[in-house]
Amino acid sequence: MQLTNRSKQVSNKEMTLAEKMYLPAIAQGLAITIKHFFQKKPTIQYPEVKRYLGPIFRGHHVLKRDEEGRERCTACGLCSLACPAEAISMVAAERKKGEENLYREEKYAAVYEINMLRCIFCGLCEEACPKQAVYLRHDRFVPVFTERDQVIYGKDRLVEQLDDRYVRTGSEVRATPTEPTLSRSAT
Amino acid sequence: MNLTELIIKSIIILVIFGVTLVIAMYSTWAERKVAGFMQDRLGPNRAGPFGLLQPLADAGKMFFKEDFIPSQANKWLFIIGPCLAILTALMSSAVIPFGDSIRYEGLTIPVQGVEINIGILYVFGVVSLGVYGIMVGGWASNNKFSLLGAIRAASQNISYEIAMGLAIIAILMMTGSLSLRSIVAGQESFLTWNVFTQPLGFIIFLTCAFAECNRTPFDLPECETELVGGYHTEYSSMKLGFYLFAEYINMFVSSAVISTLYFGGYHYPFMNTVHNALTGSLGEVTGHNLATLIGMLVLFAKIFFFIFFFMWVRWTLPRFRYDQLMNLGWKSLIPLSILNVVVTGFGLLYDIEYASWLIVIVMVVLAVMSSARAPKRVVQPQRS
Repeated sequence: MQLTNRSKQVSNKEMTLAEKMYLPAIAQGLAITIKHFFQKKPTIQYPEVKRYLGPIFRGHHVLKRDEEGRERCTACGLCSLACPAEAISMVAAERKKGEENLYREEKYAAVYEINMLRCIFCGLCEEACPKQAVYLRHDRFVPVFTERDQVIYGKDRLVEQLDDRYVRTGSEVRATPTEPTLSRSAT
Repeated sequence: MNLTELIIKSIIILVIFGVTLVIAMYSTWAERKVAGFMQDRLGPNRAGPFGLLQPLADAGKMFFKEDFIPSQANKWLFIIGPCLAILTALMSSAVIPFGDSIRYEGLTIPVQGVEINIGILYVFGVVSLGVYGIMVGGWASNNKFSLLGAIRAASQNISYEIAMGLAIIAILMMTGSLSLRSIVAGQESFLTWNVFTQPLGFIIFLTCAFAECNRTPFDLPECETELVGGYHTEYSSMKLGFYLFAEYINMFVSSAVISTLYFGGYHYPFMNTVHNALTGSLGEVTGHNLATLIGMLVLFAKIFFFIFFFMWVRWTLPRFRYDQLMNLGWKSLIPLSILNVVVTGFGLLYDIEYASWLIVIVMVVLAVMSSARAPKRVVQPQRS
């Protein structure tokens, strides 16, 4: 199988004098390296410059609210069942009278926790969710944690803020992590 | 020698010492930068602007690491090894003329540690002592890989010193002096730089300098693939730091020696015109000192170029095999340098200054002929 057309056959023929002197070959090699010395470097200076990772990047989890600002999650438990790392746990509760503007369904998640040390960001919870409640946002990373008590993310850090709505409509979405304003929208 | 002269002299010596250390320190940074740039990376750029504080961070790391002495090692020799390496490396910059001279209160003081009439012999002596540092360290580690590395270093240095010495003999024949200052003085005009009169000698000397500094393509003493870490396998902390530092100081010193011997030292084209213009406009003393300063800067530019060249070669060429190294040293460089000495002698006898170009021309003609006569290599596509 030929992968590239750059392969050369190795030969054991006796070297000519020019090859034995090494110098022409050394000069060639030096020319190649000095060419690379002056080339533009492809490095992206990571913490300062962040590149767009694509519309299907799986980052920070978000528990969506619907158009009226009600939590979509109904605590069915399909996400924690789908989770291969068993990172998700929840406690369900029944919606009381007068809470209709808070929770869309009659049952809601009183506690919803994701253990970020366990999570492998596979996105299966997002696929399993029948209510389109849990998403992995494409524009935000889970920040680095240094203490064990920072690891478990509860509803306070997962539920979508009304002033920071997350939408991902199509594959043409573009929002780099450095510009979070692009992903904010009023839907 | 009166007090003023003594003070100026000590300042010069201290400055040379400090500059050597600083250049060696920043060579480590430059090496990583150059390596990065040649591999399409950026190199260290986090510690300070452009990563300029990186050497300090590295030194700090080195100091705080555990200073470990293996229980079976010979303790005193183990400590003496790196000390010897860095001591000899630092000693050799003493005789290199870094500039013409400084005039102060009627005194004329050469910008040089010591002016001795056997300068180049001194450099050679100290450089050959340098192998003791490696040898002692490798032996004292009581580790076969260290010892093998040390033996390689010793045999390699001995082999290449011969060719190096023979390459220099041609220069000594032309100059008639062992003093580095008079060798520099002999290269006053641009076309009499020894690189133009001794092209073959220059290439031989350069190759041997690479071998003497244990730099790629001749870095077999610390060949990671075969010898773990070579002679400094057992070293840690600042002892290892000293070995690595000594390597960079050696690199600086050999760059300085190459610039002095072959590239006219502190001379540059139209030097006399500049000197006359400066003395004419600024006065005898200030003008002369300023001209000396320019000469020093020129020398340092040459030195930096050669340090860069050392790095450039390191990140281009792979390592030689040990038999290739010995073949190159004994079967090619030594006969060639002897031939160079003979041809230079004939040149001196018949007053032809550029005689050793003859060897270069003959070799180029031979090489072209042999590659023209060689059967063409048919590039066959790889079969599936």
